[in-house]
Amino acid sequence: MRAVDALMECLKAEGVEVVFGLPGGANLPTYDAFYDAGIRHVLVRHEAGGGHAAEGYAKATGKVGVAVATSGPGATNLVTPITDALMDSVPVVFLTGQVRTELLGTDGFQEADTIGITMPIVKHSYMIQHPLELPRVLHEAFHIARTGRPGPVLVDLPTDLSRGEIPYEPVTETSLPGYQPTIEGNHKQIRQAAKALAAARRPVIYAGGGVINANAAAELTAVADAGHFPVTCTLMGLGGFPASSPQWLGMLGMHGTRTANYAMDGADLICAVGARFDDRITGKISEFAPHAKFIHIDIDPAEISKNVPAHIPIVGDAKRILARLLDEYRALEADPSRLDAWWAQIQQWREEFPLRYADSADNEIKPQFMIEALHEATGGEAIVVSDVGQHQMWTAQYYGFEKPRRWINSGGLGTMGFGLPAAMGAQVGCPEDLVCVISGDGSIQMNIQELATCAQNEIPVKVFIMNNGYLGMVRQWQELFWDRRYSQVETGQFPDFVKLAEACGCTGLRFEDKTTLLEDMRRAIATPGPVVVDVRVTREENTYPMIAPGSPAREMVG
Amino acid sequence: MEAGTNAPLSLEELDAAVGLRTGRTHVLSILVENRPGVLTRIAGLFARRGFNIETLTVGPTADESFSRVTLTVDGAVDPIDQVTKQLHKLVNVIKIRDLEPDTTVQRELALFKVAAEGAARSELLELCEVFRGRVVDFTKRSVVLEVTGAKRKIEAFEQIVRPYGLIEMMRTGEIAMSRGRAET
Ligand SMILES: Cc1ncc(C[n+]2csc(CCOP(=O)(O)OP(=O)(O)O)c2C)c(N)n1
Repeated sequence: MRAVDALMECLKAEGVEVVFGLPGGANLPTYDAFYDAGIRHVLVRHEAGGGHAAEGYAKATGKVGVAVATSGPGATNLVTPITDALMDSVPVVFLTGQVRTELLGTDGFQEADTIGITMPIVKHSYMIQHPLELPRVLHEAFHIARTGRPGPVLVDLPTDLSRGEIPYEPVTETSLPGYQPTIEGNHKQIRQAAKALAAARRPVIYAGGGVINANAAAELTAVADAGHFPVTCTLMGLGGFPASSPQWLGMLGMHGTRTANYAMDGADLICAVGARFDDRITGKISEFAPHAKFIHIDIDPAEISKNVPAHIPIVGDAKRILARLLDEYRALEADPSRLDAWWAQIQQWREEFPLRYADSADNEIKPQFMIEALHEATGGEAIVVSDVGQHQMWTAQYYGFEKPRRWINSGGLGTMGFGLPAAMGAQVGCPEDLVCVISGDGSIQMNIQELATCAQNEIPVKVFIMNNGYLGMVRQWQELFWDRRYSQVETGQFPDFVKLAEACGCTGLRFEDKTTLLEDMRRAIATPGPVVVDVRVTREENTYPMIAPGSPAREMVG
Repeated sequence: MEAGTNAPLSLEELDAAVGLRTGRTHVLSILVENRPGVLTRIAGLFARRGFNIETLTVGPTADESFSRVTLTVDGAVDPIDQVTKQLHKLVNVIKIRDLEPDTTVQRELALFKVAAEGAARSELLELCEVFRGRVVDFTKRSVVLEVTGAKRKIEAFEQIVRPYGLIEMMRTGEIAMSRGRAET
C-alpha cells in the first residue's frame, strides 16, 4: 500500500477517532488517504485553529490529539499551538506535509524548514527520510507524546515519500534507548516525604497541571484528606482538587486568593505535585515561601530544583507516588491536632480576605457576576474553556471547579485565540458534555473563523464573550503601572459579534442586563447548535487580588 | 524585571541581571543515537541559555548506531546542571557525563602552518620534536606541523611558534575519555 495508507492504519492502531486539519499541495496524498480511511476529519479554517482544537481534545479526553497541515504556511501556522502544547504539556501529534525531497533546501514553492523552525518547541520531531520508516516513526511519535511529561511531537512527511509503495505490517514494539521516563518514585524518598508531612505544623499541598495529566486527582484528594492538609492549585491544576472541599484554599499565584498565597508564605512544608514554580506563582522568587522546606513530585527531572531547590525530590508518575505516599503517611499515625493552630490561622485569612467584588447598583453586569451566573446556569457541570486575559482569571477565581479536565485554558504561553478552537476540540472529544467558552472581545477575534467550522460540523459550543471593549488585562496594567496611559488597548464596539455569529451559521445573542442574565444564559445554553453571546460588562473593572510583578506574595494588592 | 513599573532601567542593572559565569570550563561527553538533527538540538539548548560552546567534536563510536559528542563550555555551576537535565530530555541522547579533569584523559589535534625560511626552519623542526609533533607538509616557504595533546600543550606550542610567523592554526577541539576500566 502507499505510505499514506499505512499512515491511516497506524492512526487507527493508535486509537485515533478524529483529526483536525486543512489540506494543501504537499499533503494531497494524505488527504486522498483520509477520503475513505474511516477516521473523522474536522476541516478547520486556519491551521492554528486545528492545532488548538487538537489540544482541547487532548486536554478534555486525556487522549493524544492530532492536527494536520500542509507544508510552508500550513506548518508555520502551527507554531503557536505547538509552543502552547509544549508549555502546558499537552499530548498532540502534528502531521505536516513537506515538499518533495528533491526540492528540499532549494526554496521550493511552499517549502519551509519545518523541522528547524519547530525544533525548540517540540518534545520531539521526525523528518521522514524513507517511506519504510513511516509506521515505526508514527508509533514512536504517539508514544513520546503520551508518556512521561506529555508534549507535542511533529512528523514532517515529504510528499513524494508519502506515495511510496510499502508493505505494511503492524508495528508491535518501539525501541527508544534514550527515552525512558521514570515512572516509579524512589521508595526512600517517598518515605522521607511522608515523615516530613507527618512532622509539619504548617503544611500546604501545592498542585499543578501534572496532577491532571497524571489522572491523579483522586489520589491527591486521598492524601489531602488523610492528613487534613490544606490544598491550593495553580491555574493549570484547577479541578485537580474539589473547590467545594473545606480544605481548599483557592488558586494561588498572581491572581490567586490571599489565603492561598499567605499560606504558601507562612508554610513550613510545601508539597509540590506536578507544578513548576513558575514566576506567576512565586512572585519575587527570593522572598517566596521563606520558611518552607519543599517536597517536589514531578515526572520531569529537569523541573526539580529548576526555580526553587527541592529538599525531597521525587521523580515519577504522580498517581503512583501519591498512592504510595498515602500508605506511608497513614502508617505513621500522625496526630492531626498538630495542625489546629495552622487551620485557625487559615480560617482567619479566609474570613478577612474572601474573594470579593463590589456589585453594580444598577443593571450593569460585573464580570465576576457573569462567571457566578455561568456557574449557576451550568450547575457547575460544564467543561469551561477560556481564552487569555482578565476573563480567564475571573473564571479561574469564580467558577469553582470540582473535577479534573473540566477547565481548559492556555496557561504557560497565555495564547489569545486558544479558547474557541480548544472548545471545539473538547466538544468533539466529549459530545455528551456541555462545553462553554469564556472569551474576551480581544481574544475571540484571534481565531473567530472557527465559528464556521462549528456550524458546519454541528459542534454545539456555547461562546460567552465578556465584552469590555478593551484588551482588558493590558489596560489594567497600563492603569496600575503606567499612569493610565491607555496605549492601543481599546477595541471599541467592533465587530458586531451577533451579526458575525449569524454570518458564520451560529446563533448570535446579546445580553446587557444583570437582572435577567441567569435566565438569559440558561436560554443560550438550551439553544441547539453553536451559540455566540456578546455579554456587555463593566468596562474598566480590575482583576484582584494581585501580586504586583516583582513583589513577594505577602504584599498582594486589591 | 517585568514591566510592572515605567521607571527606566540603567544599563548597570541590566548587566547585573545577565547572570554571572564562574568561568569554570565543563567538558561534557554525550553519547547520542546516530540520527539526523541531534547536533542541532544539542547546540540549540546551549544557545537558548546563552552558553557559548567553545569546542565541539562529533565522531563515530565502537557501536555504529551511536556517536560521541564532546563539547567544552564555560558556565556557572547551577545553570550547566539545568542544561544537562534538558539534554537528558532529548530523545536521541543516551548518556551525558560532565567530566572531571582529574579522572579523564583529554586530547586534541592541531595543525600549525608556519612561515619557515632559512635558519628558522631547523629550529622549528627541533621544537616540533620536543613536542612530539610531526611535519606533515614541507615547502620552500612554509611548514605544516601537527601536534596532539591536551589543550595546555597545544596552547604552549602555539606561543612558541607564533614569533616564527604563524600563518594559520586549526584545532579539532578536545575529545575526552574517562580513566580506568569503566566506560565514559
Ligand atoms: C496572542 C497574544 N497576543 C497578545 C497577548 C497579550 N495579552 C494578554 S491579555 C491581553 C488582552 C486580552 O483581551 P481580551 O481578550 O479582550 O480579554 P480581557 O482581558 O479584556 O478579559 C493581551 C493583548 C497575548 N496573551 N496573546
